[in-house]
Amino acid sequence: MRYLPLDADDRRAMLARIGAATIDDLFVDVPPAARLSRPVDLPPHAGEIEVERALSALASRNVPAGAAASFLGAGAYRHFIPAAVDHLIQRGEFLTSYTPYQPEISQGTLQYLFEFQTQVALISGMEIANASLYDGASGAAEAAQMARRVTRRAGVVASGGLHPHWRDTVATGLRWSDAALTTAPADPSGTEDLTKLIGADTACVIVQNPTVFGHLRDLSPLARACQANGTLLVVCVPEVASLGVVEPPGAMGADIFVGEGQGLGPGLNFGGPYLGLFATRERFVRQMPGRIAGQTVDVDGRRGWVLTLSTREQHIRREKATSNICTNSGLCALAFTIHMALLGEEGFRRLARLNHAKACRMADRLGAIKGVSLLSDAFFNEVTVRLPVLAAPVVDALARDKVFAGVPASRLYPGEKEMETLLISCASETTTEDDIERLGAALEGTLR
Amino acid sequence: MSAETPPGAPRAPNAKSGRSAAGPRRPAGAPVAAAEADAGGFTGTVSGNRALAIEEPLLFEQGSRQRCGVDLPDPANFKPRLGGLERKGAIGLPGLSESEVVRHFTRLSQKNYAIDAGLFPLGSCTMKHNPRLNEKMARLPGFADLHPLQPLSTVQGALALMDALAHWLKQLTGMPAIALPPAAGAQGELCGMMVIRAAHDAAGQNARRRVLVPESAHGTNPATAALCGYHVDSIPANARGRVDVAALRAKLGPDVAALMLTNPNTCGLFEPEILDIAAVVHGAGAYFYCDGANFNAIVGKVRPADLGIDVMHFNLHKTFSTPHGGGGPGSGPVALVEALAPFAPLPWVVAGPGGFALREDAVGDAAHTIGRLKAFHGQMGMFVRAYAYMLSHGSDGLRQVAEDAVLSANYLLAALRDTLTPAYDGPCMHECLFDDGGLRAFDVSTLDFAKALIDEGFHPTTIYFPLVVHGAMLVEPTETESKGELDRFIAAVRGLKARLDAGGAERFRTAPHYSPRRRLDETRAARQPVLRWSPPAPREAAE
Amino acid sequence: MTEPRYTSEHEWIRLDSGVATVGISAYAQEQLGDVVYVELPEVGRKVAAGDNMAVVESVKAASEVYAPVAGEVAEVNAALADKPETINEDAEGTGWFVRLKGVDAAAVSALMDADAYKKYVSSLD
Repeated sequence: MRYLPLDADDRRAMLARIGAATIDDLFVDVPPAARLSRPVDLPPHAGEIEVERALSALASRNVPAGAAASFLGAGAYRHFIPAAVDHLIQRGEFLTSYTPYQPEISQGTLQYLFEFQTQVALISGMEIANASLYDGASGAAEAAQMARRVTRRAGVVASGGLHPHWRDTVATGLRWSDAALTTAPADPSGTEDLTKLIGADTACVIVQNPTVFGHLRDLSPLARACQANGTLLVVCVPEVASLGVVEPPGAMGADIFVGEGQGLGPGLNFGGPYLGLFATRERFVRQMPGRIAGQTVDVDGRRGWVLTLSTREQHIRREKATSNICTNSGLCALAFTIHMALLGEEGFRRLARLNHAKACRMADRLGAIKGVSLLSDAFFNEVTVRLPVLAAPVVDALARDKVFAGVPASRLYPGEKEMETLLISCASETTTEDDIERLGAALEGTLR
Repeated sequence: MSAETPPGAPRAPNAKSGRSAAGPRRPAGAPVAAAEADAGGFTGTVSGNRALAIEEPLLFEQGSRQRCGVDLPDPANFKPRLGGLERKGAIGLPGLSESEVVRHFTRLSQKNYAIDAGLFPLGSCTMKHNPRLNEKMARLPGFADLHPLQPLSTVQGALALMDALAHWLKQLTGMPAIALPPAAGAQGELCGMMVIRAAHDAAGQNARRRVLVPESAHGTNPATAALCGYHVDSIPANARGRVDVAALRAKLGPDVAALMLTNPNTCGLFEPEILDIAAVVHGAGAYFYCDGANFNAIVGKVRPADLGIDVMHFNLHKTFSTPHGGGGPGSGPVALVEALAPFAPLPWVVAGPGGFALREDAVGDAAHTIGRLKAFHGQMGMFVRAYAYMLSHGSDGLRQVAEDAVLSANYLLAALRDTLTPAYDGPCMHECLFDDGGLRAFDVSTLDFAKALIDEGFHPTTIYFPLVVHGAMLVEPTETESKGELDRFIAAVRGLKARLDAGGAERFRTAPHYSPRRRLDETRAARQPVLRWSPPAPREAAE
Repeated sequence: MTEPRYTSEHEWIRLDSGVATVGISAYAQEQLGDVVYVELPEVGRKVAAGDNMAVVESVKAASEVYAPVAGEVAEVNAALADKPETINEDAEGTGWFVRLKGVDAAAVSALMDADAYKKYVSSLD
């Protein structure tokens, strides 16, 4: 077995040093009735060639998004990742290191986490950020819990523009607490008014920008209403590339920003691992979940970084911790940090403009199809259209010709009748004119 | 006042009589005396660098607004449709070329210890070799470039892989259902405890509000139980480091929802009375949750179902070697007995006549689900790596993994028994536990000893965990270390102890001496938190 | 000013013209190490004896501070927010946490005096 360095001689010598006759002498505490006498019923070990063959065969049964004209978004976004990103995150000192609990020999990880926190704070317009959470959806659930700690109130209001997976994740997280969750109805038109749902006991309002249907909203009026009521505004941004061109949550009055950094970091990966971004106001830092890197000096006075404010966390506070989170998304945060470093101010802005320009082209092409109506007038890189027919069968049909036309809203809102003709389509810098034309022509072909 | 401090932990790591007090302040990155001054009075280097150890400023202290490491076309003239929400003002991101970015992160990487570089005996963390084949497989476009909401007809291979991974986990646990979505071990715990809560609720057992957790448990256990609305009641260990079954029995009652137990436990010991424990827990109508963090010790040798366990989470980044990546991402699937399967979180992979499908909503047989724990379907990138790892080892190799992991830990225990003080008698499982009994006479703490190991080129052991042992040092070598590397570690520990015996304690208290940074002032970091870079205050107008 | 009294949880309390000042003992601060953060209650909050009233944190530990006797929070030591190290420097003086009004003098005098507390502490090591 190529990964196991001990040979038969080693094992004999080690058992002798221990004073054990056989390996099973070391398993004496296992009740005999529970010991397996033979290997479990699974295939034996395999060489690198065989394993690669088996996995490649599985991979070949899938159609990668890059092999199609893909207009899929709705919470997961396909962006071009520069080659340097994947090269750097595969350096063993990053890939095979642990949580930086020994800061003297983890300064590489700690410094990039500090840089990551700064980037997240800058792009979101917030004061401080943590060192990442699992993903955006679980970050939204954490934000709801945090708002309840800060305000000592029970009510949580979720917008009808919040991605249903995020909404459901928030609901699961609150299920056995004394919180009261109010969920606004799905809002495909982007016209909901949440201010009337804010009450005396509302801890937070959770909104998404752009919404799951692609609508960009000015959140300032809602922020003012929240502030007047002592309610926190949680702004979720599943598509962080939008922050290169759209006014950030901090500038609109958000108290907590939750983002999904997958598009600029780890990539699609069929849904995971992703990258939860989390930022807030400095005065709430002690109520923030997740690890945080902080700057300090060593005994020689040299600048360095450590994990700090860890008394919030489970390994010290146990059942009184702000969250049970232990692992974060370290390597995904590194990918994001490198990508953002490569983009810089100019690149990040240009990337966002390019996405928006492609989406405008896509929206024009879709809107020009007879019977198709565009529901979005203010958007970033994603729009919702209403088809004259059910959307899901159209999407399935077009997929056969390697056109991923978008996400049928029925996939996210199963059983909701009014969603069945809606299609959520997304463009990005990877979208070509040819892709847009293939989408337009294919859709026209099906609807004819 | 009630303090939660690990027993034996230095109370004030940065205070106390210059033991590690912050020394003279120098500007960041200024030269430091690494060697004695020569005849001319020069010390250190001019730059502050030390050969391969190069000081690296923050990204924000380099670069300029105009530079860029990617070449993107500027979109031709078009009319923005942003609803008047265009970003105003600069973001403040620095611009760097690709060459600068590559160098920056390469230099940062060189300040990290890693399993690729050497032994990483961090107890309870299972830092084993990360095969590169797994990385290569996870990057196949047929896995890495799949959108989670593609039509199911275009992702049949991905769903087949998830199903196959679940099959392996079922065989290894003897349990009939696997919940794949949890993002990491702690979320796996949350999943498992929520499933238990939902099952009790569905059975009208709403009065069960207490969860029993051993004192030695990982902090995530009580934190998780609290999130499910449970009151945490801790149970003591006996003198052998195991659950005191009599104490457990006394704590059980009709208001107990579950026992959360790590097995092998956090002291690296198998619970010999586990079948009795399961019987009394079930007898009281409670469920038996097992924290599977230490599954590496028994994979392929013992099936959790045969121990009476109802729920167990895996840490794919421990047992199945998906890389820790500096603290994540992880992956924490959960194995469930039949009675708990209906409550599993969404989505489920289901096999049908037309291929695999995903059950994404709470209808039909999924009506009792606890719901979603995150967006989409789980940590697919980790599933691919873990599955490649399993296929590589096979049933025989996985069994060998457990045996070699246990053998290596016992070898360290035997070789260090007279050097450090073992916390408990008898053989251990995949990790061995020492206390600070042998250090206290020298006024050297576990922390000091750990920092001295850094200078010797090893990552320290886990320290001050579990909390039930004074000044704990928990050592987990894993199965992927050669005997030669284990012997080098043994020699280093023995050599350090010999130095203590020879009166060399002072050097421990100021260790490490050779790392990229020496002890860092954690008090300062927490008192005046600096959690992000901020632009320097605008300078006064030039005179 | 009266002599301080102590609890077995290492709070001290001193009654002075109807108002009781509460903090953590010198021994407690030494056990805790460098204090980095203090969370204080809001003024006006009513507490019962043994209620969790404040939190004090070092780098590696978080401890709850309990009300030694019942009362109403009349004042908190806001200076601790910026200078938590005051607790290390002068735990039983300027490092006080909270002032309580409406306390029962008999409940205070029922607690350990300095000698009894000293004996109690020495029994802990």
